[in-house]
Amino acid sequence: MYLADSRSTKATAAGAGSTTVGSDDADSAASRSTDPAAVPGIRPGRRAAAVPGTVLALGTVSLITDVSSEMVSAVLPLYVVAGLGLSPLGFGLLDGVHNGVGALVRLVGGHAADRGRGRHKAVAAIGYGLSAVCKPLLLLVHTLPLLSAVLAVDRTGKGLRTAPRDALISLATAPEHRGRAFGVHRAMDTTGALLGPLVAFALLRLATDGYDAVFAVSACIAALGVLVLLLFVPGRTAAAPADGPRPALRDSLALLRLPALRRLTLAAVLLGLTTVSDSFLYLLLQRRLELPAHLFPLLPLGTAAAFLLLAVPLGMAADRIGRRRLFLFGHLVLLAGYGLLLAPLHAWWAAPVVLLLHGSFYAATDGVLAAAASATVPAEQQGAGLALVGTGQTLARFGCSLAFGAGWTLWGGQSVLAVAAAALAVAAAAATLLIRTPDSPHSPDSARWGGTTEEHPA
Amino acid sequence: MTRTTRLLTLLAAVLLLGAVGTVAVLHAADRSGRKDREQAGGPVITPGPVSLAPDGSRRLLFRSTAWGPHRDEITAVPADRPDGPRTASGVTCLRFHAAAGTGICLQGEQEGLGDRYTAVVLDAGLHELRRYPAAGIPTRSRVSPSGRLAAWTVFVSGDSYAGTDFSTRTSIVDTRGWTLYDNLEAFTVLDGGRPLKAPDTNIWGVTFADDNGFYATVATGGRTYLVRGDLGARTLTTLHQNVECPSLSPDGTRVAYKKRVAGASPDAPWRLYVLDLATMTETATAEQRTIDDQALWADGHTLVYALAGDYGADLWTVPADGTGGPAVLTRSAVAPAYLG
Repeated sequence: MYLADSRSTKATAAGAGSTTVGSDDADSAASRSTDPAAVPGIRPGRRAAAVPGTVLALGTVSLITDVSSEMVSAVLPLYVVAGLGLSPLGFGLLDGVHNGVGALVRLVGGHAADRGRGRHKAVAAIGYGLSAVCKPLLLLVHTLPLLSAVLAVDRTGKGLRTAPRDALISLATAPEHRGRAFGVHRAMDTTGALLGPLVAFALLRLATDGYDAVFAVSACIAALGVLVLLLFVPGRTAAAPADGPRPALRDSLALLRLPALRRLTLAAVLLGLTTVSDSFLYLLLQRRLELPAHLFPLLPLGTAAAFLLLAVPLGMAADRIGRRRLFLFGHLVLLAGYGLLLAPLHAWWAAPVVLLLHGSFYAATDGVLAAAASATVPAEQQGAGLALVGTGQTLARFGCSLAFGAGWTLWGGQSVLAVAAAALAVAAAAATLLIRTPDSPHSPDSARWGGTTEEHPA
Repeated sequence: MTRTTRLLTLLAAVLLLGAVGTVAVLHAADRSGRKDREQAGGPVITPGPVSLAPDGSRRLLFRSTAWGPHRDEITAVPADRPDGPRTASGVTCLRFHAAAGTGICLQGEQEGLGDRYTAVVLDAGLHELRRYPAAGIPTRSRVSPSGRLAAWTVFVSGDSYAGTDFSTRTSIVDTRGWTLYDNLEAFTVLDGGRPLKAPDTNIWGVTFADDNGFYATVATGGRTYLVRGDLGARTLTTLHQNVECPSLSPDGTRVAYKKRVAGASPDAPWRLYVLDLATMTETATAEQRTIDDQALWADGHTLVYALAGDYGADLWTVPADGTGGPAVLTRSAVAPAYLG
């Protein structure tokens, strides 16, 4: 069924491509390049596939892995409370720590991938493998501290694989199509996240209290994800040179000396510092609109659905109007969401609108930031470059969560949201100054900034 | 590796992993099927009328977790023969409590591809009076001594990647007029006379004093507090730290509760304590194991609580004054309530 899913998603992605100029060519190239034997990446002198096979393969890996992960996430509360008979309060206290560690691990993953001279696949495989190993371990641990430890390792795997995977996507895609490629990947990833809970609850229908069955199936699916990665994602990226000096840790950090990457990272950090975390946003939404408590678990689904539907179109839009511009635009959409939450209205329809804006924000910023970042760093340092931007953003958002929680305690939820909205407006203005360029249609930012592919041809 | 080899490898892996997954699911399905067959050596359970109305006899009601056709039903036994034959009511609850002819039953139903939870208020004949959707997995329930108020707590969890951010929702309903206090987090928490605002507030484990006053646990900033609640004033006033799942004694002078003790293993952090409300003196009970339940006062000096057992949970008792030792009340039972 996973193959069928990935095929259908692939078809959708290829279909979406038909709206662009030269679509027939792009479509056939895309379908040809799904042949795993095909040489990945960009061949000089040949028109590159709009959505290369590597991207679809990585999207499939993410889809499968997210089915596996979200299966576990969906039943975990039930398992802890009903299966193990434990009180999970206080369990979430370490979440912040895990997130912080995960962000730092991402830097390690990105750097290690570059250091291995383009061995992004190997590092990504270790990351996916680490998370996969955690799934059968869930069958063996029955206490909260051990469960927490297994989840921490799972998250370490996630942190490790993120940067090399994104580097593989950017290295396999022509610069002018990276927005779409990241959009396709994020859409497939989110599809998996939405399917996971459905699979898990279907299994619990077949076997009441069958949490062990859910974990076992999750482990099998995770193993399948690793296998698809090993079989269908090309090992050495064509764009990464096989010789030349290995980047040292110093070199990875020195990337911040690149003005374009530094400015983009600063912008992402500034905006991240004013991005209210999902859980706070849902809490505010529920309290503000006085939504019935039982609808609360549905709120994240609204965001995910909007993200899924808009990731590809907005990724394509990013290719046309510029990634940085869309990244900024995405934050204005988020600002509109804050505005709606602050507005003195209590109509129920505000909830779906806020969720739509929230999902659009993710669609306009998540993959788009990676696409924008990939244009600012040389091919042999894609891993570290993407990790720097991503880690900066994640740590900034973590900082925002801490500050937001403290502000809530001092002033209450509504007031602290007003402060966050004002700060987001200021941050957006500052970020605009930081990363503005005279973007014009049909000239993606990578070209202007001396994109990596031109500087470092395959 | 050629393309064919890769595809064949994938196919073989899909078949192998599919077989492993299928075996795991079949094994679990078989096990859950066994739970519907009567367990050997289990308690005798027969269907019959169960009433919450006073009938001159004192009964103990609980959710029976013994395997068989009446698993998870509310069953009744004579209070003086807790291990005797059980009368099964036919009403299934995850959590249950009752007093003076009113019952609160927290149910979980499979609906579509998810679970839906409901809090059902029952009359003396265990018939449904009102039902309220609940936001998550039921954990605590209580009815006020007069039978007028009912409270319940559920666990809610975020839906994020490996999300472990649990929170609680506690609701109270007034059966006279059916006013619903959907989320006690909307009440003002007073700490040393000043209102406490915090986004991470969690409230759970209501225990009623009368038809306006109650006690509960408020957690914020990694600390837990015993609070006294005032339904009319919509306030919660902090009284004492490190108190979870309070249970008020029948005379209203003491609270039995879970205390997080220093030096305990993180797997087993709680011990059962009793707090004297007049002097704020804490007394440890003789139960040395970790307790994760809202205890129940069987009378003025005995506590009843659940511990994990071979079939779900077992009910145990221990004296409230720190003397004596724990003893089994009955096996395969959880969520007790005394009536009559």
